[in-house]
Amino acid sequence: MYETLSTFAQTGGLLIFVLLFAGVLAYALWPRNQAKFDAAANAPLSESDAPVTSGQNEDGIHVR
Amino acid sequence: MAQSKSRWSKLHNKLFEQNSLILTVGVLVTVSIGGIVEIAPLFYLDSTIEEVEGVRPYTPLEQIGRDIYIREGCYNCHSQMVRPLRDEVERYGHYSLAAESMYDHPFQWGSKRTGPDLARVGGKYSDEWHNDHLTDPRSVVPESIMPSYPFLAESELDFDNIAANLRALRMVGVPYTDEMIETAVADVTTQLDPYAMDFDGFQARYPGALMRDFDGDPSRVTEMDALVAYLQVLGTMVDFSTYEAEADENLR
Amino acid sequence: MSIAQGLRRAGTDPSTAAVFIITTLGALWSLFAAAYAPDAAMRGQSWLILGGFLTGIIMLVGVIANGGVIDDEREYNENLIKAGVIATMFWGIAGLLVGVIIALQLAFPVLNIEAFGFTNFGRLRPLHTSAVIFAFGGNALLATSFYVVQRTCRTRIAGGIWPWFVFWGYNFFIVIAASGYIIGITQSKEYAEPEWYADLWLTLVWVVYLLVFLGTLWKRKEPHIYVANWFYLAFIVTIAVLHVVNNLAMPVSFLGSRSYSLFAGVQDALTQWWYGHNAVGFFLTAGFLGIMYYFIPKRVQRPVYSYRLSIIHFWSLIFIYIWAGPHHLHYTALPEWAQTLGMTFSIMLWMPSWGGMINGLMTLSGAWDKLRTDPVVRMLVLSVAFYGMSTFEGPVMSIRAVNALSHYTDWTVGHVHSGALGWVGFISFGAMYCLVPWLWKRKGMHSKALVDWHFWIATFGILLYITSMWVAGIMQGLMWRAYNELGFLEFSFVETVEAMHIQYIIRAVGGLLYLSGALIMAYNVYRTIKGDVTEEDEHVIPQTAAIPAQ
Repeated sequence: MYETLSTFAQTGGLLIFVLLFAGVLAYALWPRNQAKFDAAANAPLSESDAPVTSGQNEDGIHVR
Repeated sequence: MAQSKSRWSKLHNKLFEQNSLILTVGVLVTVSIGGIVEIAPLFYLDSTIEEVEGVRPYTPLEQIGRDIYIREGCYNCHSQMVRPLRDEVERYGHYSLAAESMYDHPFQWGSKRTGPDLARVGGKYSDEWHNDHLTDPRSVVPESIMPSYPFLAESELDFDNIAANLRALRMVGVPYTDEMIETAVADVTTQLDPYAMDFDGFQARYPGALMRDFDGDPSRVTEMDALVAYLQVLGTMVDFSTYEAEADENLR
Repeated sequence: MSIAQGLRRAGTDPSTAAVFIITTLGALWSLFAAAYAPDAAMRGQSWLILGGFLTGIIMLVGVIANGGVIDDEREYNENLIKAGVIATMFWGIAGLLVGVIIALQLAFPVLNIEAFGFTNFGRLRPLHTSAVIFAFGGNALLATSFYVVQRTCRTRIAGGIWPWFVFWGYNFFIVIAASGYIIGITQSKEYAEPEWYADLWLTLVWVVYLLVFLGTLWKRKEPHIYVANWFYLAFIVTIAVLHVVNNLAMPVSFLGSRSYSLFAGVQDALTQWWYGHNAVGFFLTAGFLGIMYYFIPKRVQRPVYSYRLSIIHFWSLIFIYIWAGPHHLHYTALPEWAQTLGMTFSIMLWMPSWGGMINGLMTLSGAWDKLRTDPVVRMLVLSVAFYGMSTFEGPVMSIRAVNALSHYTDWTVGHVHSGALGWVGFISFGAMYCLVPWLWKRKGMHSKALVDWHFWIATFGILLYITSMWVAGIMQGLMWRAYNELGFLEFSFVETVEAMHIQYIIRAVGGLLYLSGALIMAYNVYRTIKGDVTEEDEHVIPQTAAIPAQ
C-alpha cells in the first residue's frame, strides 16, 4: 500500500498539475472570455462610493 | 433582494451564487489534492517499517520533562534531528531514525539551531552539568546566549494529574498499558529513587530507564528533575552498537 | 413568535442573539475552567478569557441598547474597516517591538529576565511570530478583504453583526494565544502554537469569516468576482483546512490547557510543515496578493497589467504551493521521495510567483512617474520587488544541496524577513496609507514627507536585517562543516555562536529602524485621522461626500 501510494504521489501529482494547468491556460486564453476579463479588470476603477442598492438592481445590472 | 420578481434576477442570483461556490470548491479540491496525495502515504509507513529495538514510551517523569521543554519553547533554538551529513554525525552522533520519534506527540525536530542539536544529548553531560547549565548557562559555557532557568530547580513538580496526560497520549496511539497509567504518579517518585521498592516493576514497564535523583536534591521533586530526566534519555533508547541500518527491516 | 418579536423590539436580531449565546457559553466554559482546570496555567488564563467574554457581553448589551445593528444596504460598512486599520497598526507595532526585544536577547542574553521565565526568548519568540503574522498580518487581511469585497461587489458586507463578531473574535483569539505563550501554554508547533481551546475558537471565527465573505459575494451587484477576491477566498478556505488538520489533538482535560497532537514523529513533522509552509503560501502570500491585485491598480488608476495572467497566477500558485512543505525536512527521517517531491514543486513555484510579480509591477506601465511622486506607490512597488526576491531565494534554498548548508541557520531567518518585512509589511503599510484617507475622507495623509521617511528608514532597516542574516547564516553553516587539516571538526558549536555576535547586533539595529518607520507611520495616521491634513494629495482619489457618516 505504502509503495503504491508513494509511487502515485511522485507521478500522479505532476500529471494532475499538467492537466489543471492546461485547463486554466485554455480558460484564461479563450478568446470569448476576453471581454469578460476586461470588464472584471476595470471593476476596481469604476466603483462608486455607495453600494448599488436593491432598488437599482433590476435595471442597473447587466446579466450575461 | 429577497423578492426578486423577474426570472432574470432569479437566474442571476442562482448562477452567481453557484459561481462563487464553484470557485470555493475549486480551491478546496486543488489544495486537497496536494495535501492528500503527498501526506497520505506516510500514514501507511508504520506497516512497512519494523519498530526499532529499544524505542519505548517516555516514563511519566520524562514526559513531564518533555512538557516543560515544550512550555519553555526550547524547540525555538534546539533541533532534535541529526541529518546524515558527515559533520553532523561526527558532532552529534548517529543520524536520527524515524522510529526514534514515533512516540513524540508532537514531534520536536525543530527548525533552527541557535543552540546545538539535542537529539542525542542524553548521557553526554552529567546531571550536575545540566543543573548548572540550566540554572546559569554562562557559568559552564561563558559564550552561551541561552536564557537562564533558575526557577526550574525551585519549582515543585506538579504531577498529580500525570495519569490523565498518559491517558490522552494513549488515545493518540502511545502504547501505555493500564498498569502504566495506574502507577503513573508513583512512577514519578520511583524513577527519582535508585533504591525504590518498585525498582523491578518500573524497569519492566520502562526498560532501561535511568533511575536517580536528577536535580541533586532528593528531598524535593522539582521541574529540574523532570527536564533533566528528559534530556538524559534523548537519543539513548536505540543501542547503535547493535543497530544495523542496512538490515532488511530497517530499510525503506 | 412572541419571543422573536420581543427580541426585535429590544433592538436585536437573530445574528445578535446567536452571538450573545456563543459569548455566554464561552463565559460559562471559562468560569468552569477557572474553578476546575487541572493545571495552574489554565486556572490563571481562564480569568482572562472570562474577562474577554464578559466584555463581549457588555458590548452586545450596548449594541442592543442602541437599537441593534444598523445594517443600511445603501452604504458600505466602513467602521468595520476603520477598526481593522487601527488594530493592524496596533499589533504591527506590538509585534515589531517584541521582535526587536528578542533580537536584542540573542545579542545580549542578560535581557532574558529570569523570574519565572515569562520574558525568556523561548516564550517571546512565538509571541513575536504570532503577533506579526496573525495579529498584524491577519488584521490587515481582515480589513482589506472586507473593504475590497464590499467595493468590488458593490454591496454592503453581509451578515448583520457577524462581520463584527469576526473582527472581535479574531482579536480575542490573538489575546488568548499571546497571553498563553507568556505563561507557558503552547503546543510547540511553529506558527500553530495556540492550544486546543484557542484553536477551536479560531475555527468558529474562521468559518463565520468564510460565510460572511461568501455571503457578500452572493449578493454582489457585479457580474464578475474580481480576482483579488479569488485570492482572499483561497486564503480563507485553505487556512481553514490547514488549521483544522494540523491542530488535531487530544486534550488532556476539557477544562485544561494541555493537549497532545494526534500525529507523532514523521507524520507530525510532515503535517506541521505542510501547514507551516502553506501558512506562508496562503496567509502571507495569497492573502496579500489579494491586496496587491486591488490596491496597486486602484492607487495608480490603471487596470491590472494582464487579467489573464492573474488567473494563471492564481491557479498554478495554489496548486503548486500545497506540495512544497517537505523542503523544510530535507535530510531528515522523512522518506526521501517526499523530500524530492517538495523540492521539485518548490522550484516550480518560482514560475507563478514571478508571473504575479511581473503582473503587479507592469500594472504601473505608463505611470512609472508615480514612483517618483507618490511614496505610497513606491512602497507598494518595492514590496512586490521583495516578493520577487524572496520567491526567488526560496526555491534556491529548497534545493537539497543548498538546504544542507542553509537549514537550521539564520539564513532562513533572513529569508523569512525579506518576505515578511519587505513583502508583507510594505504591502500592508501601503494599503493602510491608501485606506486611511479614503476611509476618514481626507484629502491626503497628514504628511507626505513622513511617508517618505517611513519608506527610507524601513528600507534601510530591511537591508541591514537581511544582509546581516545572510552573513550570519552562511558563516555559521560553513563553520559547522569546517574541518581542520587533521580531519577533525574545526569549530565547537559555541564558537559559531560567538562569531555571530556582531551580526546579531546589526540585525537588531535593522529591526529597530523598521520599528521606527512603523512608529512614524502611526503618528502620521493619528494626525490624519484627527483631521490635520493641509496638503492635498492628488494620488488620493477624491471621495465624494455622498454618504452620510454612520
